[in-house]
Amino acid sequence: MIYLQLFLSFMQVGLFSIGGGYAAIPLIESQVVNNHAWLTMSEFTDLVTIAEMTPGPIAINSATFVGIRIGGIPGAVIATLGCIVPSLIVVSVLAFIYYKYRSADFMKRILKVIRPVVVSLIAAAGIRILSNVAGFGGSIDWKGLILFSAAFVTMKTTKVNPVLIMVACGVVYLLLGIIIR
Amino acid sequence: MHAKKPRMTNVLWMLFSGMFYISAFTFGGGFVIATFVKKKFSDELGWIDESEMLDLIALAQSAPGAIAVNVAILVGWKVFGVIGMIASVLGTILPPMIILTAVSFIYNLIADNMYVAMVLKGMQAGVAAIILSVSIDLAVKVMKEKSILYDALIVAAFVLSFFFKVNVVFLIIAALLLGVALAFFRRKGVLR
Repeated sequence: MIYLQLFLSFMQVGLFSIGGGYAAIPLIESQVVNNHAWLTMSEFTDLVTIAEMTPGPIAINSATFVGIRIGGIPGAVIATLGCIVPSLIVVSVLAFIYYKYRSADFMKRILKVIRPVVVSLIAAAGIRILSNVAGFGGSIDWKGLILFSAAFVTMKTTKVNPVLIMVACGVVYLLLGIIIR
Repeated sequence: MHAKKPRMTNVLWMLFSGMFYISAFTFGGGFVIATFVKKKFSDELGWIDESEMLDLIALAQSAPGAIAVNVAILVGWKVFGVIGMIASVLGTILPPMIILTAVSFIYNLIADNMYVAMVLKGMQAGVAAIILSVSIDLAVKVMKEKSILYDALIVAAFVLSFFFKVNVVFLIIAALLLGVALAFFRRKGVLR
């Protein structure tokens, strides 16, 4: 039963994450944190952090991480399968259409309408992650909030590798925690 | 693709190992992976010609799911049918599966440690900054299209998702239906 739930949940992630990369984040959050409570918001944010630091698509990373926690190695395999089954079907259909008509224009037009929605969904997930870090709605974590602002400004004004920014944030937070406490 | 007809096991092994290598060592998401796949299978091995490869990458980006997996499906299928597809998809998903399996065991052991928790908390602040920075870039790109419809969709989707907590899947299906309807009408010449 748990395997079926894992499969169906990650199948939805695979089927509806349109637009690559970050588009999967709000979907994984919705399945894993809200629908099934397999992870807390904090654990989910850790997962996004880990996924950002390791190679591989975030959906596959998440399927493995959550699958193992809920159903061991078989859980990981089943969740990952769930993730790629929609791709197998939809990509095959699109490839068939492409080789028949040699044009991907129709799909491009549809994507243009989906993109603004996906962008907003990613932004909303980002704000929820931020409010988890900074403790909005509870006691504000000033160290987290200041680090976020510094990281955000660095991202916007320089071309420093995002992974480096993340690691730097981790180290600074640890040092602040040891010194200030 | 039948021109040279190299031995089947050879081709399958090269599909698997090529994708495995790219997937294990490429950071930075689907678009970066797609570039490496093109380099390997078009420029280096010459199995798929360049313009077709670019079309396949565009296709992979328009389909749902991870771009890396979609590229692997198309390249594997193009090179050696269904078996080729299985080989290249396996090569693509095994590295992240192995790495995340190891990470999740380590995470369970060390996440409760006070110092590890502090590092993770700090990194979460960084991740929030990355995601919000990326979504602002994406939003600016959409707004450059100067379409009232797209701008309205940005606002509406954000309000519905963030304040009204409308299900993500529901919002994407709604956008998909709207996109299909608009593309259809435009084709018929009803709009523009």
